[in-house]
Amino acid sequence: MDNSRLSTVLAIPRRPWFWAFAASALAYFATLSLTEGRGGGELLSAALTFASFSAIVGLGQMFVITLGPGNVDLSIPATMTLAGTLSLKFMDGAANLILPGLAVALAVGIGAGTFNYLLIRLLRIPPIIATLSASFLYQSLAIWWNRGLRIKPPEALADFSTGAIAGLPNLTIIGVLIALLSWVVLERSIFGRWVSAFGQNTRAARLSGIPVETVRAVTYVVSAVLAAFTGYLLASFSGGAALNMGTEYLLISIAVVVIGGCSIAGGNSNVPGIWGGALLMFLVVSMLNSYGFGAGVRLIMTGAIIIGIVAAASGKGRPT
Amino acid sequence: MNGKYRILLPVLSLTVLLAAVFYLQPRAMSYFGLNLLFNLAVPIALATIAQMMIIMVNDIDLSVGTFVSFVACVTATFLNDAPLVGAAILLASILAYAAIGALIHIRQLPAIVVTLGMSFVWGGLAVLLLPSPGGAAPTWIRTVMTVKPPLVPMAVVACILIAGLTHVLIMRSSTGTLLRAVGGNAQAVARSGWSVTKLKAGAYALAGFFGVLAGICLVGLTTSADANIALRYTLLSIAGVILGGGEFTGGRVSPVGAVLGALTLALAGSFLSFMRLSPDWQIGAQGAILILVLAVRLIFSRRSRKWKGAENG
Amino acid sequence: MEVATGAGRPKPDVPLVALSGACVHFGAVRALDGVSLTVSPGECVGLMGHNGAGKSTAVNVINGGLTPTDGQVRYGHEDGRKGTGAARARACGIRSVFQELSLCPNLSVLENLRVPHRDLTGFGWRKTAAGRIAGALDEIFPGHRIEPGMIVGDLTLAERQMVEIAAGFAGGPTPPRLVILDEPTSSLDASIARQLLEHVRRFCAKGGAVIFISHMLGEVFEVASRIDVMKDGKIIASRPASEFTQQGLIDAMGHVANEKAVARAAVESSQRIGEEVLKTPEGLSARKGEIVGLAGLAGHGQAEALARFFMSRSGKLARVKDPEAAFVAGDRGRDGVMPLWSILRNLTLTHLPSLTRRGLVDRVAEQALGADWKKRIGIRTDNLGNLILSLSGGNQQKVLFARALASSAPIVVMDDPMRGVDVGTKQEAYDMIRTEAANGRTFLWYSTETDEVCQCDRVFVFRNGQISAELTGDGITEENILAASFQMQGAGA
Repeated sequence: MDNSRLSTVLAIPRRPWFWAFAASALAYFATLSLTEGRGGGELLSAALTFASFSAIVGLGQMFVITLGPGNVDLSIPATMTLAGTLSLKFMDGAANLILPGLAVALAVGIGAGTFNYLLIRLLRIPPIIATLSASFLYQSLAIWWNRGLRIKPPEALADFSTGAIAGLPNLTIIGVLIALLSWVVLERSIFGRWVSAFGQNTRAARLSGIPVETVRAVTYVVSAVLAAFTGYLLASFSGGAALNMGTEYLLISIAVVVIGGCSIAGGNSNVPGIWGGALLMFLVVSMLNSYGFGAGVRLIMTGAIIIGIVAAASGKGRPT
Repeated sequence: MNGKYRILLPVLSLTVLLAAVFYLQPRAMSYFGLNLLFNLAVPIALATIAQMMIIMVNDIDLSVGTFVSFVACVTATFLNDAPLVGAAILLASILAYAAIGALIHIRQLPAIVVTLGMSFVWGGLAVLLLPSPGGAAPTWIRTVMTVKPPLVPMAVVACILIAGLTHVLIMRSSTGTLLRAVGGNAQAVARSGWSVTKLKAGAYALAGFFGVLAGICLVGLTTSADANIALRYTLLSIAGVILGGGEFTGGRVSPVGAVLGALTLALAGSFLSFMRLSPDWQIGAQGAILILVLAVRLIFSRRSRKWKGAENG
Repeated sequence: MEVATGAGRPKPDVPLVALSGACVHFGAVRALDGVSLTVSPGECVGLMGHNGAGKSTAVNVINGGLTPTDGQVRYGHEDGRKGTGAARARACGIRSVFQELSLCPNLSVLENLRVPHRDLTGFGWRKTAAGRIAGALDEIFPGHRIEPGMIVGDLTLAERQMVEIAAGFAGGPTPPRLVILDEPTSSLDASIARQLLEHVRRFCAKGGAVIFISHMLGEVFEVASRIDVMKDGKIIASRPASEFTQQGLIDAMGHVANEKAVARAAVESSQRIGEEVLKTPEGLSARKGEIVGLAGLAGHGQAEALARFFMSRSGKLARVKDPEAAFVAGDRGRDGVMPLWSILRNLTLTHLPSLTRRGLVDRVAEQALGADWKKRIGIRTDNLGNLILSLSGGNQQKVLFARALASSAPIVVMDDPMRGVDVGTKQEAYDMIRTEAANGRTFLWYSTETDEVCQCDRVFVFRNGQISAELTGDGITEENILAASFQMQGAGA
């Protein structure tokens, strides 16, 4: 009995997500060392809040990437923007419309995910191109609907999104809940098994009787819905839906998946790693900012990290 | 038979679009008008050729837009102030492209993720060079881009030259044929003793080369640069290759078609503004055009599924 | 234009290639078990044998694609060349024309020559290439309508095969001296096949050599000067073609009467077989409780027929809980194994919908299912939670079997699942199949081994993508299967 507990603990450093969290801690302390330890609480709070947004979209992207090579959702930023814009416009600051506003956002997600899937299935467009083209359409729709004044979210919603319970930001609680839910789906449900099988060997999955098209459709819808939900939350948090609110989340969603330890080859998802990656992204950026490096270095570093991890992790070696 | 009809789509769409533009704006049908319409098509055409090199070997390059922006920033700064350093940087970029290609092949990495990562590296480098719009075009580039040959506008001449040279390079030369073979049946190429890694790196290097040309030309036209100047080139280049008859896998590309596709897309932008389409929709229109092109091509290719059907497991 | 044949250069008594005692082992499988074979200029060797005899392996050793684990390969025109086996073989004039096309469909006919012919560079290379391929096409297939500028992807399958063959015989940096033809006429019609055979005779008469593999016995007899019969990785007979008859050849390829022949209880099988449960458009049919075999030479449409049937009866979300058919893969890596998963997860995959309550998998029930099947089918492992790749090949195959059998599907489709599996595992699997059939399950079993096929209640023999014979009861014998697999009439019929 004791041996198994000890071995479980000793096995932790071998888990992929461990390094993401460890590196996050490092970045955190590196930043604090500049301010001689002051502001640690604020930094942690900010990290948890912003990492929530990254984590939720990252979870959606993770589902899609688990489907295997060639599957990436590039429409996440545009879906976020469209959902945030439409839901805020619909609510128009009215407190009694908060939940219907959420429903609008989720409906945008379902619509976008379905449209993405139809492009992939009916027109046989590679998922990258399908989601990339669709993202332009969604962005246009968002621009068109966002004419006029910047609409503020209902006050109760804004307060909720900036608030905290016992020091833990509300958004983090939501983010962790969604992560838990995703974990249950991927590890314990039959759908999670199907997604993993699809990603490891789509042909074998089909030959084992798995309804592969259904799995693919649901996965793209899930990714879009999570993106839409994040857009709703982000717009409420920021006091309005800006047209460029989603731009940096494309890189973040993919980086978070890669850093967290999910295999780009598919079939292997890693939920705790998503949170580790999300925290790391924010803390690395704030560390770079504190040390005086600007947007340029940040972009280069994240790009290099992604390529480095993918190159190191995919140990396939020479092809035939 | 399908091979001959592939070039029809870009030719037809360009003709139809030209006719529509002239109908809406008859004054465009002049030397000056044509030059204005197609001016910005030159860097787009070069970027499309760059993307074509990558698609030719069965990959996709999501970093074309940021790479061209980066090159534009280098041109507007280093190439102007310290030409040798600038040239060295650009050469190093081309080598970097080749290295990426080799890495992708050796480690069997997904090109999407690697090029997406690279797009942020190039983007970051561009932001470092020009955090805000600025720089200046070197005079010699400016001169080349604003030359006024008789009868036919420079833009058209340039596009004809690009199409012609790349056609000879890719479709007629022995090296170009070998590169295309990699896209068609990499295993057969490897079995005959060629190094597919070197060939892929070569294709990527060519892409880098044409990306560099695109950035230089762009600065020649706009006279200054900023880090986001060519971000839309990614989608435009992919659409241009596909519109021109290329396919995502199988190594079937057409340089002439790609240039025609680029011209059509550049023209579509002007067409949309003549139509007084609100700028809100111009972004969406690009996506819609790509989807439309792919849908049309799907209908055409349904006719020729022989290869798939006849192949036995 | 004359096709280079190396006439005048090779000395008739120096063999172009000589294998001595070549062995190729893939793990425990002895694909080649001590093969000594020489091919000299002017010879046309017909290489015959049933599935698994070792023909493809022998040919791959000759053209340098495989290095023998034992024994030697010597070429007649080495000139002290170095390099990989394949490059050496090519430099000595050995060309191969296989069934899997090595053409690039996006290139034109003449452009395809650029890949194998490394000397095609510089100005005017296209003219040279066009000349070479057009010359070869004109010489071998007079009256053809293939232009060197046509894109390969637009050609018909027959035309593509003609181009491949012509490329094999075309002059290049080194002239072709030994050309290996593996089922070259499979996509050609009678008259074109005839042209090829005539060319082969001319080529050998001028001092070239050919290794000819074909299931059309008439063709083999028309061109071969010598016939080598392979069986179980060895050459069991090597005589001038004139000393064989068609029937004698078939007898030679089969096995002697099986000592361990399974006693066929005719009474038992008629009791368990019920009503017809499936009938496919190409003519396959099966009844409840029946074990139906698909036989014939590998690659003649059996796997495709199975896949077509399975795909038509599966994949819908609504039928997930009670599937109509289950599939056992033969190519484990491509069609069966989930490499990142444990043995247990791989085993229970098809049956998961029945183990699921409210969307979540009942892990206790899953463990029970796994333990049950581990015992029933005898998976040798200490823990079903280990990765599936930790198992031996035979045990992995057992897991794939259990996956299909554990599901509730009444029809089980098997795509040559015993290929490369050890004898002990095979026996256990056969017993399992018979037990399941007795319980009313129907099996569609494609196998490349005659032993296995002979255990079936009914056998459909495939040839050229179609069913050439349906055998039942006592009619299921190796001779009948072989006879139906090979085409016995005149060449190109």
